[in-house]
Amino acid sequence: MSHLYRDEAVVLRTQKLGEADRIVTFLTRHSGRVRAVGKGVRRTKSKFGSRLEPFMQVDVQFAHGRSLDVVTQVETISPYGHAISNDYARYTAGTAMLETAERLVAEEHEPAVQQYLLLVGGLRALAAAELDPPMVLDSFLLRSLAVAGYAPTFDLCARCGREGPHRNFSAGAGGMLCSSCRVAGSAALTPETVALLGALLAGNWVTVTAVDGKFRKPASGVVAAYLQWHLERSLRSLVHVER
Amino acid sequence: MYEGVVQDLVDELGRLPGIGPKSAQRIAFHLLAADATDVHRLAAVLAEVKEKVRFCSVCANVTEEELCRVCRDPRRDLALLCVVEEPKDVLAVERTREFRGRYHVLGGAISPIEGIGPEQLRIRELMVRLADGTVTEVIIATDPNLEGEATATYLTRLLRPMGLRVTRLASGLPVGGDLEYADEVTLGRAFEGRRSVDD
Ligand SMILES: [Zn+2]
Repeated sequence: MSHLYRDEAVVLRTQKLGEADRIVTFLTRHSGRVRAVGKGVRRTKSKFGSRLEPFMQVDVQFAHGRSLDVVTQVETISPYGHAISNDYARYTAGTAMLETAERLVAEEHEPAVQQYLLLVGGLRALAAAELDPPMVLDSFLLRSLAVAGYAPTFDLCARCGREGPHRNFSAGAGGMLCSSCRVAGSAALTPETVALLGALLAGNWVTVTAVDGKFRKPASGVVAAYLQWHLERSLRSLVHVER
Repeated sequence: MYEGVVQDLVDELGRLPGIGPKSAQRIAFHLLAADATDVHRLAAVLAEVKEKVRFCSVCANVTEEELCRVCRDPRRDLALLCVVEEPKDVLAVERTREFRGRYHVLGGAISPIEGIGPEQLRIRELMVRLADGTVTEVIIATDPNLEGEATATYLTRLLRPMGLRVTRLASGLPVGGDLEYADEVTLGRAFEGRRSVDD
């Protein structure tokens, strides 16, 4: 039985351990979320310290350990860390993406390939610096929730399926509601906000860019409320996102 | 689970940074086997450190007085300010003997995933210190890792419009590590070769 395994992964989080080690949380392509020890990586002479930083996409080899696995080799696939930490809006949006991925892939070693691909796509978009970081984040959040089985509906009524556009949003109902299905506590949205949300969920950047920027804040508010509804605890990093 | 006070000791030790349940157990049994005088000395130092040591009212470095050793020293250059994450980084920079200015300890790095944003650090205090124009150069010496870089990015954007020279330690500091592990020569060289941050 081989005690080594290899995978590609994104570094989600690092925590100091002992004198110079770190516990590194990865989202891997094939094995889902994996926590492993990076030995000696805080020493400035460490060969892989710089590769085991958040946002890095790496090819990594693990050795099964008694309690935690151990990182034995790391090669960089895409060094997104630098481009992201260089800009505060990108950094805060990116951090919220990492935390979301960690939370939505709750079980360790449970494959989550779609979530992995979404995260890589989101980090690539952030690092490319062409799109508004909060919009990249919101699109990532909606699509991640959809992958996790919580797809919201922004066109049809979430309750009766009647064609939209509709005006009322309810996180609990799973999206927009028509005037007859509307429940107490629904939020009334402008048609532009609804169109923006639909485009963010579909990853339709032509539409996202075409909608007036003033509708981004209300759309982000809806995304945050929807995320909150589906996560038990709120994301720590979301309040720090620079919008 | 052990009985009573032994378990209490294991629990307390296990709350310390970097100490897992196994190490906590090992230390606890080491203390149980050790000389009573050694253990009493340790207990006395723990109590004393909490009683005597506080944070410098100017820079937040550790000190036993109102001001730390650096802030009390009249020979330090008031025009230079070095921003670091932790008091232990002050020590690391002091060891290089390259820096003659004063410090500002932030109390960490910006790490939203741990719930730490700019408001949780001593950034407001930094702005207050810079307000009178005495400081003309701010050297950002946060850790050469991702959170340290992001913190430097944030500070640079905040400080540059104030008309200060804002510098970052020269590269050559290996990325991904903690500042405290950089050897004196490397860190000294990074200080000497510091560069203005421009977009
Ligand atoms: Zn001081």
